[in-house]
Amino acid sequence: MRSAQRTGPAGPTDSADDRALVRDSALVWLAGGIVGVSFGAVAVGGGLPLWVPVLMSVVVYAGAAQFSAIGVLFAGGGPAAAVTAGLLLNTRTAAFSLAVAEIIGTGRVSRFLGAHLVTDETVAFALAEPDPARRRRAFWVVGLGLYAVWNLGVLAGALAGGALGDTDRYGLDAAFPAVLAALVLPSLRTDATVRRCALLGAGLALAVTPAVPAGVPVLLALAGLFAHRHRVASGAAL
Amino acid sequence: MNATVTVTLALAVGTYAFRLVGPALHGRVTVPPRVQELASAGAVVILVALLATGTLTDSGRFSGWARPAGVLVGAALAWRRAPFAAVVLAAAATTALLRLAGTG
Repeated sequence: MRSAQRTGPAGPTDSADDRALVRDSALVWLAGGIVGVSFGAVAVGGGLPLWVPVLMSVVVYAGAAQFSAIGVLFAGGGPAAAVTAGLLLNTRTAAFSLAVAEIIGTGRVSRFLGAHLVTDETVAFALAEPDPARRRRAFWVVGLGLYAVWNLGVLAGALAGGALGDTDRYGLDAAFPAVLAALVLPSLRTDATVRRCALLGAGLALAVTPAVPAGVPVLLALAGLFAHRHRVASGAAL
Repeated sequence: MNATVTVTLALAVGTYAFRLVGPALHGRVTVPPRVQELASAGAVVILVALLATGTLTDSGRFSGWARPAGVLVGAALAWRRAPFAAVVLAAAATTALLRLAGTG
């Protein structure tokens, strides 16, 4: 994303732009692939048949929701709690999809395909670009590449997972929180209001974790939004 | 149809519906800025809570020291704006090495 923050009207040529975009995307693809491998390995390691994580990754395509859904299942939370936890995590994609609706394109095919590619990564990359044409290109390049790498990674992890045994031995359980840290740190760093809400919410979630079913703590964390003050003086209503 | 298939399909349909909100409504409805602001703040709040509980707890109990240590290394790298891949690999490697050395 660093190269996406280039400034100055006399920018480099289109092909240099494309190379920079692919180079930066490759890091995100690699990270996505690694998380995909860990998802496949964790799912199979937890006792699911190989095709479950593979199918889930193709049709759901949302890392955090997939992890939390199988996490709730493995913790004995039941199907309803698993779906609820996953969907509540994905409510953010509704907000994201509003933010990138114009970037995705207006054609029927691009809207229906592009919607499936709305993730933290595609949104962050697209919004970091300065003009509409580059935003659209960033969205599609990052999105299509990530979709391919994610699913191949999950398949590889699911295939290897059975042979790997206990995936905790490889520290894969630390990989997902680390990815989350990398995703949220920029917002926490720049936005004091969000930081206050998030810390309050995380504290609440940790406090109730021993007492409530898996998946519920992160929802209760939303109570942290009560610390969210109006920043727009006029026209703001809650 | 077992529980995992039901979970997968329900999650897929619901998630796609969320993702279609923007493209489907585009040009028809304006979302109030306050709602959009709270939606994105809520996403970060949920992610940070998931980060905290996923780092420190496992099945409702303390996860042991190896995982939080690994996540801390990853987070420190992320704070220094290291690439995603370095963050993820360093976190996993730290945790793996600590476990190899006998830390929980």
